Amino acid sequence: MSGHSTFEPKHPALKWFESRLPLVGLIHSSFVAYPTPRNLNYWWTFGGILSLMLVCQIVSGVVLVMHYTPHITLAFDSVEHIMRDVSYGWLIRYIHSNGASMFFIAVYIHMFRGLYYGSYKAPREVLWILGCIIYLLMMATAFMGYVLPWGQMSFWGATVITNLFSAFPVVGPTIVEWLWGGFSVDNATLNRFFSLHYLLPFMIAGVVVLHVWALHVVGQNNPTGVEPKSPKDTVPFTPYATIKDGFGMVCFLIFFAWFLFYIPNYLGHADNYIPANPLVTPAHIVPEWYYLPFYAMLRAVPDKLGGVLTMFGAIIVLFFVPWLDTSKVRSGVYRPLFKQFFWIWVAVCIGLGWLGAKPAEGGYVIAGRILTIYYFAHFLIILPLLGLFEKPKAVPASITEAVLGKNRGAAPASAGVSAPQTKG
Amino acid sequence: MAATETAGTTRRDFLYIATGAMGAVGAAALVWPFVSQLQPDASVLALSTTEVDLTSIAEGQMVTVKWRGKPVFVWNRTEKDIAEAKEVQLSALLDPIARNANLAADAPATDENRAGEGHEKWLVVIGICTHLGCVPIGHSGEYDGWFCPCHGSEYDTAGRVRRGPAPTNLDIPPYQFVSDTKISIG
Amino acid sequence: MSTTMSFRSSLLRPLAVAALAFGLAAPALAAEGAPKPPREEWSFAGPFGTFDQAQVQRGFQVFKEVCASCHAAHLFSFRNLAQPGGPSFSEAQAKAVAEGYQVQDGPNDAGDMFDRPGRLSDRWPSPFPNEQAARASNGGAYPPDFSTLAKARTYEVGFPGFLIDIFTQYQENGVDYIHALLVGYEEPPEGFALPEGAHYNKYFPGHAIKMPQPLSDGQVTYTDGTPETLDQYSRDVTAFMMWMAEPHLEARKRLGFQVMIFLIIFAGLLYFTKKKVWKSVGH
Repeated sequence: MSGHSTFEPKHPALKWFESRLPLVGLIHSSFVAYPTPRNLNYWWTFGGILSLMLVCQIVSGVVLVMHYTPHITLAFDSVEHIMRDVSYGWLIRYIHSNGASMFFIAVYIHMFRGLYYGSYKAPREVLWILGCIIYLLMMATAFMGYVLPWGQMSFWGATVITNLFSAFPVVGPTIVEWLWGGFSVDNATLNRFFSLHYLLPFMIAGVVVLHVWALHVVGQNNPTGVEPKSPKDTVPFTPYATIKDGFGMVCFLIFFAWFLFYIPNYLGHADNYIPANPLVTPAHIVPEWYYLPFYAMLRAVPDKLGGVLTMFGAIIVLFFVPWLDTSKVRSGVYRPLFKQFFWIWVAVCIGLGWLGAKPAEGGYVIAGRILTIYYFAHFLIILPLLGLFEKPKAVPASITEAVLGKNRGAAPASAGVSAPQTKG
Repeated sequence: MAATETAGTTRRDFLYIATGAMGAVGAAALVWPFVSQLQPDASVLALSTTEVDLTSIAEGQMVTVKWRGKPVFVWNRTEKDIAEAKEVQLSALLDPIARNANLAADAPATDENRAGEGHEKWLVVIGICTHLGCVPIGHSGEYDGWFCPCHGSEYDTAGRVRRGPAPTNLDIPPYQFVSDTKISIG
Repeated sequence: MSTTMSFRSSLLRPLAVAALAFGLAAPALAAEGAPKPPREEWSFAGPFGTFDQAQVQRGFQVFKEVCASCHAAHLFSFRNLAQPGGPSFSEAQAKAVAEGYQVQDGPNDAGDMFDRPGRLSDRWPSPFPNEQAARASNGGAYPPDFSTLAKARTYEVGFPGFLIDIFTQYQENGVDYIHALLVGYEEPPEGFALPEGAHYNKYFPGHAIKMPQPLSDGQVTYTDGTPETLDQYSRDVTAFMMWMAEPHLEARKRLGFQVMIFLIIFAGLLYFTKKKVWKSVGH
């Protein structure tokens, strides 16, 4: 990909430095001159929003650790100490706990966007797989973080999830004891979860670097799915994408602040304000909302090992989407049938999420089974077949052509005027 | 572009500056809670009083109590210790200020200003060498007060520094006699 | 306007619903067979909610004179009484309350624990030394700790209420439940098998609660002329419990408003800046 400009240091000191370590040049080529398709819509700002959330979680988390004590007798009280006594502790703790949910909201939108616009297709397979790895790491990190306040849901969530591993034949029970460091979820478990919860975000950050690197090698996808063909198809990252991402981020922060300041416990569980009690299980154990679809799949399968494999399979299947989708057209915009199936699949995911919060009984289980089967059918049957039978609409020859077609009636881009309503 | 430039320049510049300034203000405001959380929290600030029962401290005995996580020396001085402290001329002191939290900041470092008010037997000082924070050893050194093992500072029987490198006298915490046999520090 | 615009909005709507619908993990207190507690008016609800100082002070009185004989509040310190944003007693008043209690301290030089009058830094003394002792004195039931109780109780709101609650900022489920419970004692209906030592409560899950009706008309003497009724006591003590569970609620909502104003103005500026920047580029 050709850049819009290259960085030429003028100051002698900077010249001296750049010839030894071209750091500013790297930043310049990655975040200033980097050519970004001119037709990206606001769904593309969620990549930037996710970076912001990762930083937000790491910073607030590091600060929380300054006041938190990972011990079963003190963990709950130390979190409450943060909420009560530490200056702005309540703010930082609520940022961290709600930030986790915001992180997942953003990542789900980011993933749905990728699936809709075919961002996983060649040559972006590695980019997509790195994203799936980040998602898995996020799930693990969030799970272990939720254990740390050592409330009732922390304890029983940890018990239920770690027990998943007991489903594996022969080695299962041993694996679980090793995960626990004992015969039940206890202090050893809390300590190792704390350690890993601190470690994993930095691993996420590492994979994010790879993700961004891969992105900058292959370039961004765009709503048309047509690769940029000339410099006219792209604009430099700064100021165009930066200002747009900035606007997207602040809008997202308004959404975040609504939860953070006004309904900070809405996305959590009341039971987690009860200190962990290994002798009493809460009446309804429900995971955090972002796990609910998978929880529904786990319960849809009557066999223990089968349920666990189904649940993990639901994520593993995402890794293979680049090869399961056989269509030659990248963007869902030009695939009339795919578009419909995509939205059905989104509805199925939401339905599974709803079922995950319901008790595992009667019609809920049957509905869970049907939706679970559909979830997998979407990837394993519908996606491969669609590519073979679907008649895609005409794909524009270039991004610029698509943009100009959209802006019919307005002056061409080079004239410097465009219709005011065509934002994003 | 040419048509819009002249009319738009000032308004556009203003917009850019306003947006940039707003972002800078927001970032600065966001930093504050993360800095503010470093200060001693409400539970630490509340733990500020320690009571000491003096009846069990024999003459000549020095006990160490903890106040705000720091050692405080409570010393029941002998007549000899007091006389020794009183003999010293202010001009002979390295630090002529009393460093007594219960008195004015510029009170001179006489023995009266160092010992307990109306209870000259009692010397109550924070047991932290004013040099670099070590705990000095009692009943030792050339001046019969304290000797700091870290860098050799010496204090007399009123807790006044007599030999460097410590720059100031041992600090006296805020305290009061609740009764003749009990003090409350903090 | 064009295909691009319409597919964008068609992408927006379902995703917005998706984001909201994922919030449906409404925490559930076992609500089998118990009616939903009615929603009450609380001074601390909503974006500008604040605690009614007099109410929280009365609530503290009810807690102190009635509840605290069985319920602990181990995260609550005397100093909290004097901090802003709650009952906000004067420091002297808080000190007087603290000195009314004997607090165990020690060990002294002889190695013995001893009792002394409470100080501001002391935690609220628990009525029982441990959970077992509490159970033994209360017919096997453990009176829950009050510290976070107002946030630790809720009920299932159901669809679509749980979505509406996001927009109305309703977070008072816990206090609704506690108030309903306190005024919900009734004669058991015909044919209800009440276990030995239990009491019938309309709102308690399963209805059979070990706690006897704790409050009744005229039980606590108010000095400010507030009606001395069960309903009033219950509202007051529940407001106090909310403050105890979320002592920085007022500061949170106040800061929230400032942040919101800032973000909305900032977003507006960014929007116009973005429009200017992109003006010459069709997209």
